[in-house]
Amino acid sequence: MATSPKLDAKVPDGALETKWTKYRSTVPLVNPANKRNLEILVVGTGLAGASAASTLAELGYKVKAFCYQDSPRRAHSIAAQGGINAAKNYQNDGDSVYRLFYDTIKGGDYRAREGNVYRLAEVSGSIIDQCVAQGVPFAREYGGLLSNRSFGGTQVQRTFYAAGQTGQQLLLGAYSSLQRQISLGNVQMYTRHEMQDVVVVDGKCRGLIVRNLVTGELERHFGHAVLLCSGGYGNIFYLSTNALGSNVTAAWKAHKKGAFFSNPCYTQIHPTCIPVSGDHQSKLTLMSESLRNDGRIWVPKKQGDDRNANDIAEAERDYYLERRYPAFGNLVPRDIASRAAKERCDAGYGVGKSKMAVYLDYADAILRYGKGEANKNGLHNPSEAQIHDLGIAVVKEKYGNLFDMYQQITGENPYDVPMRIYPAVHYTMGGLWVDYNLMTNVPGLYALGEANFSDHGANRLGASALMQGLADGYFVIPYTIGSYLAGEIRNKALPTDHEAFVQAEKTARERIEKLIAIQGTQTVGSFHKRLGKIMWDKCGMARNAEGLNEAIQEIRALRDEFWTDVRVTGDADELNIELEKAGRVADFLELGELMCIDALNREESCGGHFREEHQTEEGEALRDDENFAYVAAWEHQGEKGWNLHKEELVFENIKIAQRSYK
Amino acid sequence: MSWLLRFFSSSIGKKLIMALTGLFLCSFLVVHMIGNTQLFYADQGLAFNKYAVIMTSNPLIEIISIGLYFFILLHTVQGLLLAYKNRQARPVGYAKFNNSSRWQSRNMAILGTIILVFLVVHMSRFWYQYRFDYVPYKKYVENIQTGQMVSTQAMAESYAVKRRIVEDLDETTGHKVTIVRDLYKEVEVAFQNLPLVLLYVLSMVALAYHLVHGFQSGFQTLGLNHPKYNPLVRWVGVGLFAILIPAVFAAMPIYFYVKSLG
Amino acid sequence: MAEGHSADNMTLTLKVWRQKNRNTEGRFVTYTLGGVSPDMSFLEMVDILNTQLIERNEEPIAFDHDCREGICGSCAMYINGRPHGPKQVTACQLHMRSFNDGDTITIEPWRAAAFPIIKDLSVDRSAFDRIVAAGGYISINTGNAQDANSTPVPKEAADEAFMAAACIGCGACVAACKNASAMLFVSAKISQLALLPQGQAERRIRAEKMVAQMDEEGFGACSNTGACSAECPKGISMTNIARMNREYYGAKLKSTNV
Repeated sequence: MATSPKLDAKVPDGALETKWTKYRSTVPLVNPANKRNLEILVVGTGLAGASAASTLAELGYKVKAFCYQDSPRRAHSIAAQGGINAAKNYQNDGDSVYRLFYDTIKGGDYRAREGNVYRLAEVSGSIIDQCVAQGVPFAREYGGLLSNRSFGGTQVQRTFYAAGQTGQQLLLGAYSSLQRQISLGNVQMYTRHEMQDVVVVDGKCRGLIVRNLVTGELERHFGHAVLLCSGGYGNIFYLSTNALGSNVTAAWKAHKKGAFFSNPCYTQIHPTCIPVSGDHQSKLTLMSESLRNDGRIWVPKKQGDDRNANDIAEAERDYYLERRYPAFGNLVPRDIASRAAKERCDAGYGVGKSKMAVYLDYADAILRYGKGEANKNGLHNPSEAQIHDLGIAVVKEKYGNLFDMYQQITGENPYDVPMRIYPAVHYTMGGLWVDYNLMTNVPGLYALGEANFSDHGANRLGASALMQGLADGYFVIPYTIGSYLAGEIRNKALPTDHEAFVQAEKTARERIEKLIAIQGTQTVGSFHKRLGKIMWDKCGMARNAEGLNEAIQEIRALRDEFWTDVRVTGDADELNIELEKAGRVADFLELGELMCIDALNREESCGGHFREEHQTEEGEALRDDENFAYVAAWEHQGEKGWNLHKEELVFENIKIAQRSYK
Repeated sequence: MSWLLRFFSSSIGKKLIMALTGLFLCSFLVVHMIGNTQLFYADQGLAFNKYAVIMTSNPLIEIISIGLYFFILLHTVQGLLLAYKNRQARPVGYAKFNNSSRWQSRNMAILGTIILVFLVVHMSRFWYQYRFDYVPYKKYVENIQTGQMVSTQAMAESYAVKRRIVEDLDETTGHKVTIVRDLYKEVEVAFQNLPLVLLYVLSMVALAYHLVHGFQSGFQTLGLNHPKYNPLVRWVGVGLFAILIPAVFAAMPIYFYVKSLG
Repeated sequence: MAEGHSADNMTLTLKVWRQKNRNTEGRFVTYTLGGVSPDMSFLEMVDILNTQLIERNEEPIAFDHDCREGICGSCAMYINGRPHGPKQVTACQLHMRSFNDGDTITIEPWRAAAFPIIKDLSVDRSAFDRIVAAGGYISINTGNAQDANSTPVPKEAADEAFMAAACIGCGACVAACKNASAMLFVSAKISQLALLPQGQAERRIRAEKMVAQMDEEGFGACSNTGACSAECPKGISMTNIARMNREYYGAKLKSTNV
């Protein structure tokens, strides 16, 4: 297969280890006087957006940043729990840039671009340095040095963390840098503003139309470059671990203005989430992956077993991960653990009211820790109750906050009864296609963080999302943007009464007016729910051609229904939460179709994409490297649908192999 | 010096003034209480009356007194200003308020106002009278060898000297004669009045509540918050300032009232 | 359990503050909502009410929310006289099993001069951003950092800094305080940075500037009532306010700003 001529990844030549160093030394520069005249617009203020906006402002560019939340500090990066990877090798356990690179490529099931991933691994160390200097209170050892923990898919300890709130601490660090630049007048911050469209002039991205969510006013902003740092699209499933406001609108509008959308079908389903409790559910809550270190996952051996978990004898339990994957047991990667849970529940072995859950059991861990503590404390003949209490104390110390959260949400005490968990949509590996510079195929339009497709292939490893967001914002874009902006210094800022701005604003206004004018009978939420159900059932953890074809038809029908029967209350010129949601759901209704098309096109199983037609006899994912070792980049063609462009993935430094966790 | 002005007009600076003046007033309460316990002596008021003289004539104490008046005023004015400003910070209140803080901590201004009313009554009743109005004199005759009171005698209204106290020793009889303004008598008479006694007791309850929060709050404002010493501050605040001191003060009017009943 | 036994299908009376925008008068509107499950979060309960309102062609209640897992700090509802309601968790983590069938629940916005109402229960908390912008950072440009392990930080200091940094900026402290004071929020940031060696260079100026901005925004002073900390969903401690006071005195006495 050959790479489409429209996709030039611009990965520098030379050996993998020297690409980035050489690039940095040769990339065109913009002198400080010119930087002051170059305007950059940043959409989204999560890890990628806040770090990019503040760093570019430090360099001297004129930056405007936009977020739909009431403060840049609320971006959903804040919810990341576990940690951030970096190849520091502080533990002296053999870590290196190459190992982090290798683990990431392998974890992504060999569907990521080598050059980008290696650079990610290279700058990972600097991220930790930068964050510590900002005052991020990472966990430390008694000697005062940084502490690390291990995470799924790796054999070294390279994950830096701040209790279970690493994302929060990193985001607040980036946010504080951003606030500093705001106070210095280098960044103009627009909170409660949502992007409505990108403005493209002569093939180059030249600005944005945004809506002031409080007044409803549409604003035009010129930019020599536009950075979309708007996160992922997991909310298309209605229920996910994303924030309720997380949406695809910014990326989707860019896509419709010419930016290619890559690998939309790669969705990460996280295995340990609190199951859905009822139809009212608005959001799913993740329980940290770290719980699988000590917990054992099981279902009853009997189908439809309605007994309480504690009444089911050991012999009647099926520890299916330990049975199927003796080598990794409960610690298999996320995609595998998720599919295994679905398989058991679909086969009728699920537990709980909904039967769509499996047990995550800490009884053995409590017993084991209890015995250990008893030994340590010199108790010779401890009673069962003593052991139990000692064990609970240990578990409480390690996982107390998670157990509390579980109890808060479910009303069950996880120290007494096993937790019920089920997989949930967590992260989307797909996104806007970008080259090595993080620029989309539309000149001047960039995508950073989860909004792009670049680094995680078909499956993201734990603690890598934070790493990528910050790498893109702090250490990649400040260099790579120069290669484009150096050619823009002669271009004065376009006046925003330019025809392209007028037209884009008009389109945005008409769309809003149309949404309000429909005055149908169904709520935006009900459409979102129905779309989510289609996506989850037919483009979720397992997909097949038949289901995907059905889904495409159903989504099209639903989209038509939406545009004729949705009810949006209120007016356009005020804070209107229904209007906001309607705009987002309308975009999801288009993306959904593309996700199914992409999933249908990818006739293989890899990472988060599992096609039932392509599995081994034991039910494991079966990749097809010969025909599908490519990035699918979809070009939007209006009513005609999409045109596929392929970027061939060439592995020069890693030998492709089947992932095995048996 | 504009920085100093800015400092004291900042929200934290204002609180610092409240804390410093408040804790100073606390220290005054200790001295005042110890001094006033002389009301309980069975010496027909001699010690108390002599104490009153010292408190109003010693130049050092006079200077401290002026500071005291100033700090009372400052604490009052600043407290009321703060209360006003704090109200402005929430122009529209809640329909339903179910706060988890203690009542007294939220109502320091009300408690303080009760104490202010008390202070006005208290000072006009005793302080003003003693300093600027007529207080009769009393003559005490003591045997300095036995320490026994030989006789006492209220002086006629016409008796007036410049000094508040006249002391004389008759070497032949070994008797010490003291003629001193009889503030004790004023106290005794005043506290035969039940409404006044009730006002005093009520005010001491207000003082107790004011101090149960105020004392430890002062330390917090000063930045003195440490897990090792917090219990000490709490104990002193509650034990000494919120219980012992108001109780002893309240006991005084009650004592005289009960005494007056015979 | 201290909690009441809630029925599987509760009916509630909701008294909700409705206000079209900043410039109009608001008022309480009473709604009756049936079919409430104890497993719902408080916000999901409001979602259901909103759905019913839309179906009746009325405007849904505007309220801020986003992550719904207690960390983004968006939610801001004053429920039955307490910020975030009866439990020490954010409103999105509060579940309806904390209420009983037949309860009347009063829902108000955060009330503070510094948090003007935007619409219904949604308030403008940008004052917090401006306070952070005044000095709640360490001035370090990207790329200038030394190796992360070159300055050891005692575990105790790192842990304490983390406890202060856990603040989610929701504003419950302001809402709870009788003075609408922002001291707990401000002190948490000042503390975090004062406890770390990296924060030392700007320690004085930071305390001066952040406190000055806090005052300018119109927040009240601290009466040390402790309501802020008691209601804080992240349990930020009052010791931070004491530390801020120390930092501020030190700054005012020593800094060269005259």
